[in-house]
Amino acid sequence: MAFQRNMDPHKCPMPSQDPAVRAHNFDEVALGYTYDMAVNEARRCLACKNKPCVTGCPVQIDIPAFIERVANEDMEGAYKVLSASSALPAVCGRVCPQENQCEGKCVRGIKGESVGIGRLERFVADWHREHSTESPEKPVSNGRKVAIIGAGPSGLTAAGDLARLGYQVTVFEALHLAGGVLVYGIPEFRLPKAIVQQEIDGLKAMGVDIQTNMVIGKVLTVDELMGEFGFEAVYIGTGAGLPRFMGIPGESLKGVYSANEYLTRVNLMKAYQPGSHTPLLHSHKVAVVGGGNVAMDAARCALRMGAETVYIVYRRSMNELPARAEEVEHAQEEGIIFKTLTNPVEVLGDEQGSVRGMRCVEMELGEPDASGRRRPVVKEGSEFELEVDTMIMAIGTSPNPLIRSTTPGLETNRHGCIVTDGDDGLTSRTGVYAGGDAVTGAATVILAMGAGKQAARAIDEYLRGKN
Amino acid sequence: MFKIIRKEALNPTVTRMVVDAPLIARKAMPGQFVILRAGADSERIPLTVADYDRAAGTVTVIFQVVGAGTMELNDLPEGGCIHDFVGPLGTPSKLEGLKKVAVVGGGVGCAIAYPVAKRLHELGAEVHSIVGFRSKDLVILEDEFRAVSDKLVMMTDDGSYGDKGVVTAPLEQLIQAGEGYDEVIAIGPLVMMKFVSLTTKKYGVKTTVSMNPIMIDGTGMCGGCRLTVGGETKFACVDGPDFDGHLVDFDEAMKRGGTYREFEAHAREEYCNLLNKGVQ
Repeated sequence: MAFQRNMDPHKCPMPSQDPAVRAHNFDEVALGYTYDMAVNEARRCLACKNKPCVTGCPVQIDIPAFIERVANEDMEGAYKVLSASSALPAVCGRVCPQENQCEGKCVRGIKGESVGIGRLERFVADWHREHSTESPEKPVSNGRKVAIIGAGPSGLTAAGDLARLGYQVTVFEALHLAGGVLVYGIPEFRLPKAIVQQEIDGLKAMGVDIQTNMVIGKVLTVDELMGEFGFEAVYIGTGAGLPRFMGIPGESLKGVYSANEYLTRVNLMKAYQPGSHTPLLHSHKVAVVGGGNVAMDAARCALRMGAETVYIVYRRSMNELPARAEEVEHAQEEGIIFKTLTNPVEVLGDEQGSVRGMRCVEMELGEPDASGRRRPVVKEGSEFELEVDTMIMAIGTSPNPLIRSTTPGLETNRHGCIVTDGDDGLTSRTGVYAGGDAVTGAATVILAMGAGKQAARAIDEYLRGKN
Repeated sequence: MFKIIRKEALNPTVTRMVVDAPLIARKAMPGQFVILRAGADSERIPLTVADYDRAAGTVTVIFQVVGAGTMELNDLPEGGCIHDFVGPLGTPSKLEGLKKVAVVGGGVGCAIAYPVAKRLHELGAEVHSIVGFRSKDLVILEDEFRAVSDKLVMMTDDGSYGDKGVVTAPLEQLIQAGEGYDEVIAIGPLVMMKFVSLTTKKYGVKTTVSMNPIMIDGTGMCGGCRLTVGGETKFACVDGPDFDGHLVDFDEAMKRGGTYREFEAHAREEYCNLLNKGVQ
C-alpha cells in the first residue's frame, strides 16, 4: 500500500447536472467521478478481511480487490477484477440500489458514509471504455450450442459467461434492439444507451450471436430450438414485461398509459428526440401511480417531455417508497410532487374520451400485513379530485405468458413465474433453465444478472455431465 | 433486414408487398399479423398477414398509404429491404368447423378478409363474401375473392361499381332471406365493423371482428392496444386481434384510435414536404 488512507467520514460527492437545467434535457444526470475523485474515494476503503460488501453483491464482485487497484491508480487492473464477475459494470454501477446491496454492508457505513462502491465501479467501467484499446479475446469454441431467450440483463450475463466457457451462444430477442429494460425502460438520463450498446458490442466481439425480431413462442418454440435447431440447453430470461392495471373505471381513456408503454415510446422509440416518428401525447399535468424505480423514471421522463406538473401518487408513505434513494432524491430536486398516502379510485374523462382528472382517496397506514409492510387503509370521507391530463400506471408487471403457454411441461406458479429448482435455475424441463424477473417477478437488474450467472454455471455443469 | 421480393400497387393508395421471411412464413396463420419498421428510425407499425407461401418462405402484406409510416414503407423499392419484420403475432382466427360463413370486408380490410375467405374455402365451408369500397378505382382483390367465394356481393359508396351503398344492407337481406350463417366475419374500418355487429345482433348471428388498435411492441408488454370486450380489458395483440363483435366497445376503440391524430397529420405533412424537397 503506497497510499495514505482517506478517513473522511463522508463519501466524495458525485458531480451532477443542475436540477433546473437537467429537468429539461435527456442528458445523463449523474456526471461520474473525475480521476482524482475516484482515487481519493477508493482510498476510503479499509480493505477489510471479511469483506461484508461482497456478500451484499448478487454477482459477488471482489470489491476490496478492485477498489485497491483504483487506490493504486491501476484502472485497467481494476477493470479486470470487475469483469471477472460482471458482464455489465457500467450499467450496474449506475442502476444498482447499492444502499441495499454492497454499500449497505460496508463497514465505513457504521460511523459515517459507506464507500461509494457503485460510483467507483462506474468510474472504472467508463475509464476502460474511454481508454482501453484491447478488444476482448474471442474464446476457443467447444462447438456446443446454447440458446438464450431474452436479451435483458439476465440473458446477456448468461450469454457472456457461456461464451467465455467456449459455448456457441445465440440470444433471441423479441424487440428490434437488444438490452431489455436497459433500452426500453431505464431512461437515457440515468443510463445512456450508447453505454448499453457498447457492452452489447463487447459480447458480440466475444462471438455471441444476437438475433433480434425473434418472438420465441410465436416464431419458434423452445421445443423447436432444442429439436431441429440443435440447441443443447436453453436459458429463459424473458423478464416480467406484462403491465398491470388497477382495474378502476376510466382506465381505457385516452391519456392513460402503462409505464411500459410510456417508457417504450420515450426510450426505445426515442419520442424525446425532435423528429421522432413515434408519437407521445403532449401532457401538461401528469400523475404517475406507483412508488418504484419505474414510477420515478416515468415521472422524470414526463417532466422532460414538457409537463408543467408531475405527481407521484403512492398509497404508502415516503418511508415505504421502493425506489432507489438516489432516484427519489433526484426526482424531488427536479420538482416532482410526491402525493403519498393517496390512491386513485377512478379516472375521469371528458366528452372526447380524454383524461381530465382522477378521483383519489387518502390512505392511512394500518397494521403490518403478511409481508411485514404496514397496510394502507382508506380514510373515510377523504375523496378528492386531482386535475391531470395524463396518467401513467407504474404499479408493477408480471411475466408474459408467451413462453409458458407454448412450452409443454414447463411449470409455473400462480403468478405466472417460472418455477426453478434451487439456485441454479433448472426448470421442470431437462436442459431448460430460467432466471431473472421471469422467475422472481419484477426485481432488479443486478439480481437478474446474478441469476444469469448462476444458470450459466449450472448449464456448463449439466452439459459437461451430459457429453 | 427483410428483402422485398415483389411490390405492386393494387389501387392508387393500396400496395402489396411480398417479403422474404422464411421463419414467419413457416408459422403464419390467417388472422395473425406482423410488426415492421421500414427504416432504422421508423415507427413500429402492425400489418396483418395477407398471405404466406411456406415453400417459398415469403409473407405478403397489403397496406393503405395513409400516413408517414406507410409512406415510408411504400417508398421502399422492390428488391430493397424492410429494416425489421417480426411475427407471426396475435392469435390465429378460429375457422375450423364452420359450414357457412359471410365474410364482410371494407376497403383495405379486404386484404385481411381475403385470406380468411380463402382458408374457409379450403376447409370446405360455403363462403359468401360481401366487399365494400368507396369507389370503383379503389376495388382490390376482386378476382381473388371470386375464386374462393360461393357468392360475391360488390358494393361501392358511390355506386360506381357493383351495388351502391354500404355492406350492412346486403348482409341484412341475405340473413333475412334465410341464409343461416354459422358466423359472420367482419374486417374493415371500426365504424363498419360496429354497424355489421349491430345488424347481426338483431338476428343473433355470431359475429367476429378483427380489431386494429394502436400498437407498439405487439407482444403484450405495453397494453397500448387494450380494448374493452364484454366489460373486461383485453390486449388486442395477444388476446386478439379477433373478438366477438357483440361484446366489443367500439365507441371507446374509436376514441382511442384518434389519440395521436394531430401528431399523425403533422408527421404526414412533414414527410410529404421532405419528399418534395428531395424532388427539387
